[in-house]
Amino acid sequence: MSKADILNTIRRGLGRGLPSDAERQQVLARITRHERNLIPMRGQGSESEVQALFIEMAKEAAAEVIELPSLQALPGAVREWLQTANIPDLVMASDEELKSLDWTELHPIVQHERVALAGDLASLTLAFMGIAETGTLMLYSRKESPTTLNFLPDNHLVVLKRQDIVGVYEEAWARVRALSPGQLPRTVNMITGPSRSADIEQRLQMGAHGPRALTIFLIG
Amino acid sequence: MQITSPQFKENARIALTDVGLQKALGNVKNGFPQKRANAVKRLPEFDQLRDQGRDLKNHIIANLDIYLEEFEANVIKNGGHVHWCRTSEDARQTILKICQDKGAKTVTKGKSMVTEEINLNEYLEANGITPVETDLGEYILQLRGEHPSHIIAPAIHLNLEDVSETFHAHHHKPKSMDPAVLMQEAREELRARFVAADVGITGANFLVAETGSSIIVTNEGNGDLTQTLPKTHIVVTSIEKVVPTLEDMTLFLRLLARSATGQEFTVYNTLSTGPKRPEDQDGPEDYHVVLVDNGRSDMVGGELQEMLRCIRCAACMNHCPVYGSIGGHSYGWVYPGPMGSVLTPQMIGIEKAALLPNASTFCGKCESVCPVHIPLPKLMRHWRKNEFERHLTPKAARWGIKTWAFFAKRPTLYRLLSQTSNRMLRLLGGKKGRIHKLPVVSGWTDHREMPAPSSKTFMQQWNEKQKAGH
Repeated sequence: MSKADILNTIRRGLGRGLPSDAERQQVLARITRHERNLIPMRGQGSESEVQALFIEMAKEAAAEVIELPSLQALPGAVREWLQTANIPDLVMASDEELKSLDWTELHPIVQHERVALAGDLASLTLAFMGIAETGTLMLYSRKESPTTLNFLPDNHLVVLKRQDIVGVYEEAWARVRALSPGQLPRTVNMITGPSRSADIEQRLQMGAHGPRALTIFLIG
Repeated sequence: MQITSPQFKENARIALTDVGLQKALGNVKNGFPQKRANAVKRLPEFDQLRDQGRDLKNHIIANLDIYLEEFEANVIKNGGHVHWCRTSEDARQTILKICQDKGAKTVTKGKSMVTEEINLNEYLEANGITPVETDLGEYILQLRGEHPSHIIAPAIHLNLEDVSETFHAHHHKPKSMDPAVLMQEAREELRARFVAADVGITGANFLVAETGSSIIVTNEGNGDLTQTLPKTHIVVTSIEKVVPTLEDMTLFLRLLARSATGQEFTVYNTLSTGPKRPEDQDGPEDYHVVLVDNGRSDMVGGELQEMLRCIRCAACMNHCPVYGSIGGHSYGWVYPGPMGSVLTPQMIGIEKAALLPNASTFCGKCESVCPVHIPLPKLMRHWRKNEFERHLTPKAARWGIKTWAFFAKRPTLYRLLSQTSNRMLRLLGGKKGRIHKLPVVSGWTDHREMPAPSSKTFMQQWNEKQKAGH
């Protein structure tokens, strides 16, 4: 009832009846074309410019960026970070690329592969992309990388490979669509810095409900 | 919530003398406009994006039925449900039924103005379900039994002392005047609630027809915990939020944060598409989208159609001298400021909200900062005209306008009258040319002096210049 009522009211307002199939297809062609709107120049530099911009913008958004020469250096760097923060446990995503590394180096820190629980102090996940124009990370939900890892723990450690940095959001959408044609993952997160709120007197405080700190391990 | 828009004048009078409110409103005036201006300066293409945003919204509205049906088809394809609700009552019942079917006792909520619009919290409570607001500002207001006074900074009318006292009374912890400590308290209090909730309700900033997704934009991460942890996720949103593609959503995201908080990008922009997948380890088992109409479809094709472009950034109220002086609660319903003065009469009726579109100096700042070029003064004028035609304007004002119109249509008489009153006012002004007291306009002279007019009227000066050959 309501649906027909709403749609009929819209059509009456537009001064037309039910659109024909041909009219509908003509409008929906915009969707199949994935037409791009104006894209700001800022994110359209050379590869090295785009990578430098990503780092600059991520830092501006209060993310920490730690550059590593290779994935092999990751377990040691993560151990060092956690020990400095005095955190004894790490909840990790189980992507093959992460699992294949030698994690004995993490000792004495205890490693878990599960969803995040309230009280977890740190998580480690793999970013799908980095978007330079605003220093934004893109992550998505899958069996190996549950979404709670990105939000519940106090500290979110994210691995990003340098070659996965693109200049603008549009390039990331093209790559997300290619993941599984016709269906997005349940959750796609764009994350720019750690959680914050200015709801008390417009005074910015870090660490509202999501992670208090966001650390990006930039590989390569 | 109780509608107090008919008492707008009284509300405003009280607000102007409320010392605490006036102090808090300084945080709007001194913060948002500068932050927005800085963000705009950093993006040279900003104005071109605004033009594109306006054009794209116009395209969407002209094909709203098609995009909404495409959105619905894709939500269903992904295993979700769409509920079409013509009225607030339809929406409340729909949401309650979903909660009851799940045996829900508590519901966590992300920030949503549409749930304010449909009065959801009171309704859930009356039916034995506890709603828990999780946005820091909304949480503070829920503890205080108040409603938001701003669409993106709901507790902007409060000062640190207010929050400190509220938390002290509810959290049973030592009183603190440190905002960081207060936020930490809220974080700890809400953590268990997030995990325990049976249903999570969020709004949506946009709905993507192409993928059947909803997107929320937050800085705190509360919306993400709300839509990830409970077994059921309900998105409560309105029909004009649909956009064709991810690229189109991106255009609006580039405009939204910069116009709203002046950020380059909001911290969390999250797309939700259907329920969790069989192999996923977390995420909701059910995904519902409640599409609220509540008078919006009636705006299509009418004089208010352009208001449907609104992306709820709050730039209009952040830059409004009237909002900045009286705050959001004075407007007496959910949506304050210029956008509220256009929407409220549509949703609660012009007979209750007629004072709102009159509460504007028509300085035009709202239109000049709107990311989708909504002609807010023009739309407020539409309501003023409507009000006059329906004889809702107070007698004195009607008489005043009619009297003015009588003279305006008789130029000779008009000039004679203006010359006479000009002379009288100059006499009253004395040597200094300032008038201290004037009957009828004591609203002006009680607070400041009125300057006496110049010695010649505009028409006299005009005629003299014409003769002199200028």
